[in-house]
Amino acid sequence: MCGISGLIYRDGARKIGGEMTAMLQALRHRGPDSTGFAMYGAPGPNEYVMRYKVAEKEDLDGGTRIHRAIKERKAAVGAVLEELGVNVLELDEPTEYALRSRIAFDGDLKRLADQVEEVEGGEILSIGNALELIKDLGDATAVSEVYGLGTFEGTHGIGHTRMATESDVDIRSAHPYWAYPYNDIAVVHNGQITNYWLMRRQLEREGQRFVSHCDSELLAVYTAVNLEKGMTLEESLRRSIDEIDGVFTYLITTGNELGMAKDTMAAKPMVLYEANDMVALASEEVAIRAILPHEIETSDPYDEEVRVWQA
Amino acid sequence: MAGMSESTSTQMGMHTEPLTGRDIKTKFTLENEGGFAYHFARDVDFNRRAEIDCAELEPTEINRQIRDLMDSGHGSIVIRNPGAKHSLVVGILNRMNIIVEGSLGYFGCGLLDGPTVRISGRVGWSFGENMMAGVCVVEENAGSTFGAALRGGDLVCKGSVGSRTGIDQKGGTILIGGDTGAFSGFMMQRGRIVVCGNAGKNLGDSMYDGTIYVGGDIRDLGVDAVQAELTDLDRAWLTRKLNMYELLPTQGVGHFTKIVAGKQLWSYDNLEPTEKKLVL
Repeated sequence: MCGISGLIYRDGARKIGGEMTAMLQALRHRGPDSTGFAMYGAPGPNEYVMRYKVAEKEDLDGGTRIHRAIKERKAAVGAVLEELGVNVLELDEPTEYALRSRIAFDGDLKRLADQVEEVEGGEILSIGNALELIKDLGDATAVSEVYGLGTFEGTHGIGHTRMATESDVDIRSAHPYWAYPYNDIAVVHNGQITNYWLMRRQLEREGQRFVSHCDSELLAVYTAVNLEKGMTLEESLRRSIDEIDGVFTYLITTGNELGMAKDTMAAKPMVLYEANDMVALASEEVAIRAILPHEIETSDPYDEEVRVWQA
Repeated sequence: MAGMSESTSTQMGMHTEPLTGRDIKTKFTLENEGGFAYHFARDVDFNRRAEIDCAELEPTEINRQIRDLMDSGHGSIVIRNPGAKHSLVVGILNRMNIIVEGSLGYFGCGLLDGPTVRISGRVGWSFGENMMAGVCVVEENAGSTFGAALRGGDLVCKGSVGSRTGIDQKGGTILIGGDTGAFSGFMMQRGRIVVCGNAGKNLGDSMYDGTIYVGGDIRDLGVDAVQAELTDLDRAWLTRKLNMYELLPTQGVGHFTKIVAGKQLWSYDNLEPTEKKLVL
């Protein structure tokens, strides 16, 4: 079933980490297997935040050798960064297997991402000027607590609670998905894309790379490619309704935008609350009520509806 | 009388074959002990009023408290701070009044048979599903599948509703003050849908029977849905029904478009149970 939510402030940064946590926790019943956040903080000039992992959470249950392996993998990532001339300004380790680096880098993001992913167990969750993508097993409160997201300040974000149906319960299969290797683009999706392989092969022929077998990742890469070709986010969303088959409602974010698209059947839910200073969307109104407990006027976007909001 | 009945049903776009077949309705007579109520219905007093503050309660507990209040004879219950929680006010098979001060989440007011419910806020997906009888009025917007499989009673949304309104509707009346989304009336089998605003694509797709009235634009019709002539009886009925819920447009109902099934199945007629009396 899965639950998705999005939040954007039009008048500056707020403590969206705590609000996104509350919204996603309210959607826990739609998917308790994993929770993910893609949130946008203050961008720094020529600086990126890189979120990556070097093992899956369940790998830690595999004996003592994994701990030594994780240390070796972290060192290997460090060596890659040094070799590419990446200046690591800050390094946090919220868990043994997931890391956050604030880096200064003016080289090729794809080369950086590719080389980090060559390290055994290495997977980039996101690289962005403003984007930070965090996902792990468990509900929103548990993930938020482990990664210290309650105090995260930013302008906008999207999130996902996952009920695993077609792939494993692991971080690799958790949402949101970053548009590898494009700066600051992430997606959450509720639905099923039926021409996934057709679209994916087409994008792969154009040189795009996918890190998962999840149809949601397609939407991220598809959008990033469209934006690179010069389309606006709104144009890309509209085109997706014609080109992507299946039932879907998805939210996509860039460095300063939050977009929404709903398929031709309107088969997947979305409730929208729009005010002068903020916009909140979620699979269920109860998630919006988690941050706005007073009576509010909400609506359901219709079939083929596309919306884009600016931070 | 027979001629008049035939004329009446024809004018309303209905066919005139004899109404035959099985009848599964329970027959009530004045001699029945307990009158016209179900044997399990609570004996409630409409003048006894109570309130439930839902702010800290789970849906199961809220529904249990409603039943407890009914058991103690309360016939008017106010639901405060519902907070868009799911599955509230469900399975009530009594005549009584319920006032919801706020919004409901998914599957609100499902499986009702008899109560009058007024909701001051919005409702989520599948509101009023399988309602048998009674009245539900939503003052704001509603989500998709509003009135799915509705069997009887009046289901009213004064705002706009999502997609697939009245999907699989089997009776009763759905009234929408604003717009409705795609696939409204999908596989509708009986009853009426009235939309004062616009209707999305595939209106009445695969409908077997029933009638849809739209005051605004219709994006397109679904398979088997066709336009029919709006008769004086239609206009009179629309005027009376919309007036009841303060939804009558200032210009009246003359501009409404009437949609019916173009291919009726042999075993269907589109008379409401109450209308059968007119033609029998």
